[in-house]
Amino acid sequence: MTKTDSIIPQILDKYSTQVMKDWAAQISAVTIAVGDDLNEVGARFFTALRQGIASGQFDDISGPAWAPARGILEELSRERAIKGATPAQTATFVFSLKSPLFSLLGREIKDAPTLAREIWTATLLLDKLGLYTTEVFQKNREEVIARQQEEMLELSTPVVKLWDGILALPLIGTLDSARTQVVMESLLQQIVTSGAETAIIDITGVPTVDTLVAQHLLKTVSAARLMGADCIISGIRPQIAQTIVHLGVELNVMTKATMADAFALALRRIGKTVRDREQSNGEKKKPQDAAAAEEA
Amino acid sequence: MDQIPILKIGDTLLVSIQVDMHDRLALALQDDLTAKIVETRARGVMIDISSLEIVDSFIGRMLNNIAAMSRILDAVTVVVGMRPAVAITLVELGLSLTGVKTALNVDKGLALIRQMIDGEEGSLDRRGE
Repeated sequence: MTKTDSIIPQILDKYSTQVMKDWAAQISAVTIAVGDDLNEVGARFFTALRQGIASGQFDDISGPAWAPARGILEELSRERAIKGATPAQTATFVFSLKSPLFSLLGREIKDAPTLAREIWTATLLLDKLGLYTTEVFQKNREEVIARQQEEMLELSTPVVKLWDGILALPLIGTLDSARTQVVMESLLQQIVTSGAETAIIDITGVPTVDTLVAQHLLKTVSAARLMGADCIISGIRPQIAQTIVHLGVELNVMTKATMADAFALALRRIGKTVRDREQSNGEKKKPQDAAAAEEA
Repeated sequence: MDQIPILKIGDTLLVSIQVDMHDRLALALQDDLTAKIVETRARGVMIDISSLEIVDSFIGRMLNNIAAMSRILDAVTVVVGMRPAVAITLVELGLSLTGVKTALNVDKGLALIRQMIDGEEGSLDRRGE
């Protein structure tokens, strides 16, 4: 059924101002709850709705005749999703049209079977529009969540240059396959650009190390080794050391308890050492001696 | 059939792989390289794979084999210039090339070979004392 003999289009055309006014009153109840002005959107949607209804296609809102109405609903849902409104609040925008429309139909149609049929048609149509709104709303929320996850992934894997040839990778949060991939890629890229020969992977911020996390760590270490960089794993807390041994995981990598120890070892490997300032003052004045690292 | 050139720099052989490795070429390289090590009495072998975009498990094993063969012929092997994507692929394949030394580029590779050869000689000298 693409075309109907429904009289809804005529009734809407005839009483559009009346319906619009009643609906505006209904919307303002929602408006108070959400705190933004829906009247302007409402007017535009009502126009688009009449355009869709005029096409007579009540059972299929995916056609071109309904494109303007869909566009307005999408825009509304997106705004609502960003503002943090609930799906119910968003869908009510469409459903609140039922009450003025039905009372109008009740007033205009005296024949009971016809009235039932017309109300049924209108219900189906508004339900579809309402569900469409909810769907788009949900999709937008999911997009927001996915984007946030991606941003967190980027934020949580910085590669820090500690010295010429020494990189540090402070890991924060649980290490799953997806994150290992990102960590590995950014570390290897940094090794290429900085020409580093030592990378310190600090796991102070990793809450638990199970066999899977250990495997991911070792994968990262192996990949860095293939690029010609040695890895040191640091920041191993006492509990984690115990867990690793209990699990029987073999970490065939240089490990250090703290980042400081790992850094000292890395400096020694590239032929630098850290000294107290008093000692070096006696020998020679070094202008850039803030970190007190100098050629051995 | 194309051949991979083997260049001699001092007592190090430099193999720069710049074409896509197919399996027959890999086997030919093993033959050529071992012959060249014996012929030139080289102490180090450097394999540059910086232009290789694809390294499969066969090539990975070949690198391992070359390192093992060179070691028997008393030459150290360093693989240099591996791309990040290749490194990740090899690790995912479970090939971490534990028997092979690696360096970021040719420069660092040469330094590493020098260091290893000197180290061996140093330890021999100490033994002689």
